[in-house]
Amino acid sequence: MALTLDKIVIAAFVIIGCVFVVVALFSSWLLSPKAPSREKESTYECGVPPVGPPWIQFRIGYYVYALLFVLFDIETVFLYPWAVAYRQITGWYIFVEMLVFVVILIGALFYAWKEGALEWR
Amino acid sequence: MNVAYAALRVLAGLGLMLANGVVLIYMLRKVLGHLHVRLGPMEVGPKGIVQTTADVLKLLTKEDPTPAAVDKVIYFIAPAVVFVPSLMAYAALPFSAKWHITDLNLGLLYTFSILSLIPLGILMAGWASSNKWSLFGGMRAVAQQIACEVPLLLAALPVVLLAGSLNMNDIVKAQAGYWLGFIPAWFWIPMFPALILYLISALIETNQTPFDMSEAESELVAGFATEYASMKFGLLFLSEFSNLFVQSALIVTLFFGGWLIPFVPLELQQKIGISAPVVFMLKTYLVIFVMMWIRGTLPRVRIDHMMSLGWKILLPVSVSWAMITAFVVKLAEVGR
Repeated sequence: MALTLDKIVIAAFVIIGCVFVVVALFSSWLLSPKAPSREKESTYECGVPPVGPPWIQFRIGYYVYALLFVLFDIETVFLYPWAVAYRQITGWYIFVEMLVFVVILIGALFYAWKEGALEWR
Repeated sequence: MNVAYAALRVLAGLGLMLANGVVLIYMLRKVLGHLHVRLGPMEVGPKGIVQTTADVLKLLTKEDPTPAAVDKVIYFIAPAVVFVPSLMAYAALPFSAKWHITDLNLGLLYTFSILSLIPLGILMAGWASSNKWSLFGGMRAVAQQIACEVPLLLAALPVVLLAGSLNMNDIVKAQAGYWLGFIPAWFWIPMFPALILYLISALIETNQTPFDMSEAESELVAGFATEYASMKFGLLFLSEFSNLFVQSALIVTLFFGGWLIPFVPLELQQKIGISAPVVFMLKTYLVIFVMMWIRGTLPRVRIDHMMSLGWKILLPVSVSWAMITAFVVKLAEVGR
């Protein structure tokens, strides 16, 4: 892997971004008044302490969305190289192959839909 | 030498991001103000023009109380995880044929993948805040960004298919011709359904108002940012406004001919080097204005409606449109 200018710039983005965050937070820490009290450090609520822990269990349907998302995100990862090469390859087979792939995945989406995985409750 | 050069380029990106943040917040207040038939900020400076600068200074000098219940490490890292990717998203934007921070071969894919890191930071902020409102905001943000991520990518796909490249400058140059001799060959005309799909997905992705359930102030106080104050809050919001700019710049690049000026020969545009970036910025700010207009016009959508919009309408329609485009391109190829 050659270290091209592109890669140096991307690495510089990560480093300078992190440095900027540190500088911004540090300068605000230097400039701001500090007078902590129990009231300020309490969790934001409507005047009463919150009941129960905040880290509650989420219903399982939320994770079904995540699974579906991974499925379709991988589909798009396959679709992008296909789209870039599409006009350079003559003949219908490039279209038909992707059509079969997409139809299977859309079938999966409609199955999930019928099973009620797409109902947000 | 190379490193200093790279650092200068990144600092230019950072400067643009900060300037965008200040200008966009002022613009949002003015546009929303006039849409509501009021004036917006008027006091600080002529027409209130230095209001946001004053606000930044105020944010910088505010006390930053850390709530006792938060998960300290994640709470402090989260603003950085939100901010750094939204800064990195500037890397591949094509301001003109020569003005870009880097000319990545896979620019579009790079930008999409960097932008999809942001929900992670938002979820971290919501989770670490140890506040029920924040957690709901974070969970909603991730759910809605997941629901629109795939339609967003699929709406950009037909454009990539027509341009045959993921390099953003190539995508712009593919739109340089004319149809019937006088209509600029920008992709928004043949790809109008894709533009609508992309616009809706981009509104969801940037948490703009018809879809701002993750920070719905009337339901969740301030969503994932409830427990944040001072500069940490500033970083979260700067990145939000910066994402608005990046998404609008992507819309301009993909559908509205990027830095191209219609009816001016390409050689002349490249000779007057400064015209292209100015036109790119103007087009981008026009798209941002339309987004703010939508924000000032439509009421907030309910979360379950948004989820079914994303999964049951946007996703099947965008897949079908991509395949229809592919089919028509093949038909045209056979006809030739």
